[in-house]
Amino acid sequence: MKFKAMTAIAALAISVPFMASADADDDELVVNGEIKMVTKAAAPAHLADNLDEVISGWHFRSDETQVMQADDFDNPGMIFVEQAMDDWNTVMGSKDKSCASCHGDVEESMAGVRAVYPKWNDSKETVYTMEMQINDCLTDGMGAEPWKKSGAKMARMEALISVQSRGMPVNVAIDGPAEATWELGKELYYTRTGQLDLSCASCHEVNYGNNIRSDHLSQGQINGFPVYRLKNAKLTTAHGRFKGCVRDTRAETYKPGSPEFIALELYVASRGNGLSVEAPSVRN
Amino acid sequence: MASGVKPRVKVPKTAAAGEAITIKTLISHKMESGQRKDKEGNVIPRSIINRFTCEFNGESVIDVTMEPAISTNPYFEFEATVPEAGEFKFTWYDDDGDVYDTAKKVAIG
Repeated sequence: MKFKAMTAIAALAISVPFMASADADDDELVVNGEIKMVTKAAAPAHLADNLDEVISGWHFRSDETQVMQADDFDNPGMIFVEQAMDDWNTVMGSKDKSCASCHGDVEESMAGVRAVYPKWNDSKETVYTMEMQINDCLTDGMGAEPWKKSGAKMARMEALISVQSRGMPVNVAIDGPAEATWELGKELYYTRTGQLDLSCASCHEVNYGNNIRSDHLSQGQINGFPVYRLKNAKLTTAHGRFKGCVRDTRAETYKPGSPEFIALELYVASRGNGLSVEAPSVRN
Repeated sequence: MASGVKPRVKVPKTAAAGEAITIKTLISHKMESGQRKDKEGNVIPRSIINRFTCEFNGESVIDVTMEPAISTNPYFEFEATVPEAGEFKFTWYDDDGDVYDTAKKVAIG
């Protein structure tokens, strides 16, 4: 018996000698038993030549990690959402205002916001991320100090705002005035960097589903950001993740909040058009 | 009081008499182990929750001693048999002497 089991394992090992596959599974994500997430969708038109289907990173995680996201009590990211709720109602800055002074109930005023960001800002004539908008509110609207880009306070406020759009499809605009920024983002996505000479596409388009060391490569979708990462027990923003990825190619990274990462955020978000907003998602 | 501490519990509102129900608890706490050093090389003093208890109508359900290796935001999930309607009382004891508590009622139905 034991001998047979051993040979079976040996046979398996021979059939996949170098690359353990970790393809996306077919589980379904329903949060709190009520919000049904679209975690697989037909690739948006601009991506149709490269991918057939866009897949949330949730599918590439283990069952144990997946279930954590299916219930707000089990999702450690929700602790930060609660903390941000306190920030939302806290008066800050010289104008004696809180977020709630202007925006009222976060559940109403911020519904749908995450799904369309980053987006073109007419008055500032540039593409705005949610982070830039939050800092504009802090400095111009409230007379307060801006928060650190991709810092803990920023990440949890982004999470609070994103939660109000859970289940809605990501739908960032890539045409019109945002197109030039989107093109820059696309160029960055396909540009190889670092000593390892890797582009975003090298891992997340060509090799998703394969293992990178002991981890499973996803498509690098950001529909679940800010994400609660089990490895560091806190929220990570999209720019924070970009920085980690670029660093892992052994390149000098752009800074969170830099024009390059803003463009990349717009482009990567557009690759997930059609997937549900999942934030705060739970990942490794 | 350590900052940002907030207890959360999830208990079903109703249960059948004698039924074992699943209880989930989570408290946000940084659980500083006392092993780490700051940028200047000074040891960051230990600050953890060292004990967690749950009582049902005054009777002990679970009593846990916690050690520094337990991660931030400690989470406990356990089952408890509900013989009658009553109240679960949850208590967390902090190193700095603070006590955080919360309670949930369960009805029979």
